[in-house]
Amino acid sequence: MLNYLMGRLGQALLILAITFTAAFLLLQALPGDAILIKFMNPELGLTADQIADIRASYGADRPIWEQYLHTLGNFLTGNFGYSIQAGVPVRDRLVVNLPPTFQLAGLGFLAAAVLAIAIAVLSTVLGLSWLRSLVQAIPSLFVSLPVFWLGIMLIQVFSFQLNLVSVISPGPVERLVLPVLTLAIPISAPLAQILMRNIDAVLAQPFIAVARAKGASRQWVLWRHVARNAVLPTLTIAGVLFGELLAGAVVTEAVFGLNGLGGLTYKAVDAHDTAVLQAIVVISAATFVAINLVVDLLYPVLDPRLGARPGATT
Amino acid sequence: MTIGDTTAPILAGEPRATGRGVAWRARLRHLQPGLVMAWLVVAIILAWAAVPGLFTGYSPIDGVAGQQLRPPSAEHWLGTDGLGRDLYARIVHGARHSLTGAVVAVTVGLLLGTLLGLIAGARGGWPDAVIMRLVDTLLAIPSLLLSLSIIVLLGFGTINVAIAVGVVSVARFARLARSEVVRVRRSEYVEAAFGSGGSFLAVLRRHILPNSLTSVIALAALQFGSAILALSTLGFLGYGAPPPTPEWGLLIAEGRNYLSRAWWLTAAPGVVVVVAVLAADRISTAIGRTEP
Repeated sequence: MLNYLMGRLGQALLILAITFTAAFLLLQALPGDAILIKFMNPELGLTADQIADIRASYGADRPIWEQYLHTLGNFLTGNFGYSIQAGVPVRDRLVVNLPPTFQLAGLGFLAAAVLAIAIAVLSTVLGLSWLRSLVQAIPSLFVSLPVFWLGIMLIQVFSFQLNLVSVISPGPVERLVLPVLTLAIPISAPLAQILMRNIDAVLAQPFIAVARAKGASRQWVLWRHVARNAVLPTLTIAGVLFGELLAGAVVTEAVFGLNGLGGLTYKAVDAHDTAVLQAIVVISAATFVAINLVVDLLYPVLDPRLGARPGATT
Repeated sequence: MTIGDTTAPILAGEPRATGRGVAWRARLRHLQPGLVMAWLVVAIILAWAAVPGLFTGYSPIDGVAGQQLRPPSAEHWLGTDGLGRDLYARIVHGARHSLTGAVVAVTVGLLLGTLLGLIAGARGGWPDAVIMRLVDTLLAIPSLLLSLSIIVLLGFGTINVAIAVGVVSVARFARLARSEVVRVRRSEYVEAAFGSGGSFLAVLRRHILPNSLTSVIALAALQFGSAILALSTLGFLGYGAPPPTPEWGLLIAEGRNYLSRAWWLTAAPGVVVVVAVLAADRISTAIGRTEP
């Protein structure tokens, strides 16, 4: 067990190291002209010497390997460098912009889970078969919706046509309703798909037939036996869902003009502010790796059948 | 059964007309309406991209003065935008940009990913370990952030955005190709081919590649839909083609400015994107199912 744990941890750290190195090489070592883009602007009237001084103050004139070690050390101590465009530490910008995105993503995930469970349950309990197949088709429609378009359409329907959600001066809750819905609809699709597949798989198991033969009602079997066994495997896509949530939140923020990680990312892309982008990429990859690590280690604990054979989860 | 009617020309050459009629009817009964519609959608969009002039007489770039923001009518099927340009014409001409982007993206992912997966699966050992850790890393970065990082590196523009979208799918193609190669390699006929003196490359070409192709093609079809979706997102954010270009994502972004007065400017291109993605999805499922 200890060997498995150490191996899994080592693998996670290795992936993080590669991510950091790749992000450094692609974003910091290769272009290296974020400073030039800002300060070469003729209106600033800076001489070549002054620009060289500025580059030196950011450490951009050092050899690559020295920059690499320096940046690595900084990242390990939670210092993500300076945003060249804004002239403030990247960490300060993250501290301001992360909480709204976390709030949006968290609420979006909750709404998505509710929606997915509703779809999965409906697809099992509905009596008419054509109605069931209609519900089963919903997830493939949901994954095909462009998030940004969905957001705009929701504004159109709920704000402009039905006048249900005010766009001029929304309250704190009202402001979040449509963004959360925009984010939740596409995210609910993979969740609903995996739930439906699991429910079908569990229903086909012999112990379900036994429970039914002993006289348990269909509802009782569904809640008592199927639900628990069907929900557990959704944990395996937790990491992927995190990535989708983050990407969805970033796009949603752009559509609704919310402050958060999204706005920060776009400004960074437009201004070639690579330090900001590098930090966002490395932090999100670290979160993804951490989630997967926790799920892998937790799974045998939650599902005792796997505990007997450590390593079977990967 | 489900992919295209490849035997039709051969059957048509047969002299026995009655037998042909029966086979045709049996075939027709097996066709799923959803799949037929999916192929129809793909055919229409391909035709839009190939000969846009056949579908619309209006220019996608030049507007008509005094005809701004007209609602859908017999003259302008989907209305006109803020500069008096026919929206239907812009969507038809935009098919070329969106399809080119999707083809480039899928090609990048397919070639690079399959190559990496083939090497990893066929060689094993340290090349396998190195390639798969790289693939894990690609999967660890959320796809939108990965695309944006590559756009920062390459700059804006249709092709650069398409490459950025393609790189995201490299990891998926590599994983699939590797698992297929490993699966086929373990089968007895491949061992027999090696045993009877086949060289590595010959066995790869004659046995491993053809047998892993179906699922790779199914994934390519799926990625084609995802690429259209991702391209429209990046186009909407303004990283793709510059404004006068009728790119689908950009059409939605431009339509948004007139949302309260002319909602169809936003709705119509979005519906086209959704339908295209759904069609690719449906075809991918059908190809995947033909697998033994």
